[in-house]
Amino acid sequence: MNDNNSQPSIEMIKVNKFFGTFQALKNIDLEVYKGERIVICGPSGSGKSTLIRCINRLEKHNEGRINIDGIELTDKVENIDAVRREVGMVFQNFNLFPHMTIEKNLMIAQQLVRKTPKVEARKIAMQYLERVKIPEQAHKYPIQLSGGQQQRVAIARALCMNPEIILFDEPTSALDPEMINEVLDVMVDLAKEGMTMVCVTHEMGFARSVADRVIFMDEGEIVEQATPQAFFDNPANERTIKFLNQILSH
Amino acid sequence: MSFDLNLILQSLPQMLAGLGITLQLLLVSGFLGLLLAILLLLMRISGKFYLDWTAQVYIYVFRGTPILVQIFIIYYGLPQFEAIRESMFWHILREPTGCAILALTLNTGAYVSEILRGGVLSVDKGLLEAGSALGMSARQKFIYITAPLATRLSLPAYSNDVISLLKSTALASTITITDMTGIARTIVADTYAPYEIFISLAIVYMIFTFGLQKLFGVIERYLGRYTRREE
Repeated sequence: MNDNNSQPSIEMIKVNKFFGTFQALKNIDLEVYKGERIVICGPSGSGKSTLIRCINRLEKHNEGRINIDGIELTDKVENIDAVRREVGMVFQNFNLFPHMTIEKNLMIAQQLVRKTPKVEARKIAMQYLERVKIPEQAHKYPIQLSGGQQQRVAIARALCMNPEIILFDEPTSALDPEMINEVLDVMVDLAKEGMTMVCVTHEMGFARSVADRVIFMDEGEIVEQATPQAFFDNPANERTIKFLNQILSH
Repeated sequence: MSFDLNLILQSLPQMLAGLGITLQLLLVSGFLGLLLAILLLLMRISGKFYLDWTAQVYIYVFRGTPILVQIFIIYYGLPQFEAIRESMFWHILREPTGCAILALTLNTGAYVSEILRGGVLSVDKGLLEAGSALGMSARQKFIYITAPLATRLSLPAYSNDVISLLKSTALASTITITDMTGIARTIVADTYAPYEIFISLAIVYMIFTFGLQKLFGVIERYLGRYTRREE
């Protein structure tokens, strides 16, 4: 818990990230405060996924500093573990463990990482499955669920760990159109409850109605950040305008 | 030429008397070989260059030489060393069966470790990222995510290797072991009827292989239960 409201939940200072000679992130400065909902958008290859993957150290940044709730991300395993206990993540391809039932998917990390006893872990798992409205699927395997259901399970799995922050990496991009809303509904609910969220998404309707701040990235840089209203109605940067025209033209 | 059915009926029970030894060679070296393979796999993926390198050299040597030559080196070669004759392993190595099991184990271990490594490398990286994001340690991810998925992914190639090992056990007959092939060779030497004897021997191996195929089919269906949409 962070009682000090002046300290950001996520703080990135002059972060650079390279893949070989390619620079994926350039001088990223970003602060996210507790309870804030951030949407990151931008063209493919602009570094938005890399940025959020640096927040829980799925990618290691090369330069600059990243602090999560005051814990600095370094090579220290204890720090990385501590950060990952605070930060949940939802992936584009769900990444549910295919060989475990839905219930087991929700229990495994609780048991291994939090050392929660089995009975308790199962109770928590069922509680979150009910929240994402699919408790009846508990004993099925992931492949037996629709994409939308799998993504809701993935969100529930992240929630079971009781994170302070949740990262969403294009959570609806792999879904058929008719399933997108059931996932967005769960995300909107989370936002209402005050979860700190960082979402990479192209769902501009979601960004407009839920985000506190929209960030536009291009070629590894944060080009523009603004409230949704300012961002969509009055974009300042040339590249933002071009991007918005491309995605909103139909 | 004539085909002596009677001779087949007479010699089949004799050859089947060697089934126990064939089975023993297969099961013992199959089991020990699997343990060795897991050890080599862990060395290969340990990230420690000296372990990885050692395993690679081992695998190269045992895949790069004929198993028959390996059997001969162990059976004829090792007893020449005083140190081995005086070691605790001598009571195993002075028996041809011990030598055959050692050679088959060392050989199959090299092949199977590469099969398992293929399985490990085929596990979806996204699942391991999900494990990391949930805070699981490298060891936990290996035990709970990589190992069960890699087992299923390696099984078809692994069953192939077990069947291959079954037929390699026939080479044990070259160092005086009376497995099914060894008995068949003795009968052929006595009767000079190679067609009848070796063809019926081949059929026995085929029946045996059929059983192994069925067994692995059952295991594959069980391990793959979560890959089917219907319940």
